[in-house]
Amino acid sequence: MAELGSAGLDAHGVAEQTVQEYIQHHLSFLTYGKHPDGDWGIAHTVEEAAEMGFWSIHVDTLGWSVFIGAAFLLLFRYIGKRATVDTPSGMQNFIETIFEFVDDQVKEGFNYDNHRIGPLALTIFVWILLMNTMDLVPVDWITGLASYIGEHVFGLEHMPFKIVPTTDVNITMGMSLSVFALIIYYSIKMKGIGGFLAELAFQPFGKWMLPFNLIIEIPTLFAKPISLGLRLFGNLYAGELLFLLMAALLGIFQLPAHFAWAVFHILVVPLQAFVFMMLTIVYLNAAHESHAH
Amino acid sequence: MDFNLTLVGQSIAFFVFWWFCQKMVWPLFSNILEDRKKKIADGLEAADRAQRDLMLAQEKSTDSLKEAKAVAAGNIDQANKRASQIIDEAKDQAREEGKRLIVAANSDIEQEVNRAREALRTQVAAIAIAGAEKILESSIDQAANEELINKLASEL
Repeated sequence: MAELGSAGLDAHGVAEQTVQEYIQHHLSFLTYGKHPDGDWGIAHTVEEAAEMGFWSIHVDTLGWSVFIGAAFLLLFRYIGKRATVDTPSGMQNFIETIFEFVDDQVKEGFNYDNHRIGPLALTIFVWILLMNTMDLVPVDWITGLASYIGEHVFGLEHMPFKIVPTTDVNITMGMSLSVFALIIYYSIKMKGIGGFLAELAFQPFGKWMLPFNLIIEIPTLFAKPISLGLRLFGNLYAGELLFLLMAALLGIFQLPAHFAWAVFHILVVPLQAFVFMMLTIVYLNAAHESHAH
Repeated sequence: MDFNLTLVGQSIAFFVFWWFCQKMVWPLFSNILEDRKKKIADGLEAADRAQRDLMLAQEKSTDSLKEAKAVAAGNIDQANKRASQIIDEAKDQAREEGKRLIVAANSDIEQEVNRAREALRTQVAAIAIAGAEKILESSIDQAANEELINKLASEL
């Protein structure tokens, strides 16, 4: 699962690394951003990356995220263009299965006439599923190769390179906040701004209890994107961390341990993609729903 | 948990991918599945229709067969009738022909008998005269005798 050998050797076996450094290396991002002196560039150390603050981008996770999303959509488009009604190829069958699965979930969970929700659910499900699947790639393979290239081609020592986008809270919250924006957008579109605010103010206890309604409804509203994003992040981050700990601490025994955890993790990977998609559908359905009688 | 531009970038990617999926991916598969559903429904309907047609055709063929059998039976009856009629006619004709033949034969026989009688009569007359001449050994009045003989001969 991971590179053989203890954490004593780093990815390219040049310098000694402590367990802490190994894990630290694997948990940091390849960051491009604005240095405190105003220049834009790659962060060479964790401290530099931290100093950049908001004005920085995780090149590795965002890059993988965009790459995976584009690859999946282009593949679907490629197969869809060549799809036939009578003689579907194996790949077409496979994609149709996913398509119908998502379509069924949308038909079941979403009761309004909005043809944009299907594509939204499909994008979310397959994209997150593939991003999560990156967690099953052995932790040192791509990261190690990238660190090697980073050091020898670009002169970046201990270059971090994270390949699982969903272990980056920026990625998961980026998606959940997008969904949150859609919730607000569709709430206002379907019910008007008055209807949306009325839902926050006059429920569940009626208009005489307005402050209590607000105290209940506003946190409920904001809890949606936060729980959505953090649930995905937490599950994948924990899985990743466990793989790293095994790679760092168990030596040769990491192989069976990795295998066992990967088998378990295979359940988590699609489940979290499914949960994110289902909750998106449910939230948007609720956003279309009008409580005004 | 430090947020940075990655979050914004991911959000932009999210909306771009959503748009792309909606415009370029979803309709392809949605149409394919719709078409297939329609095709299957059409196929089943066509099969139903074919079965109905088959049943109608079978009914029709049974009817035609029955009709043909009836016609054939009628034809046979008629033929039989006609045959017996022809036989009867033939019999009648044969019977008449037979009668005619018999009549003709009878008249032939009668003629023959008459001729024979005529011949016999002349011969008898000659024999009688010869006999009488012998008996009388004398010449008799030929004329008186002839009258007598002819009277005798006509009585025969």
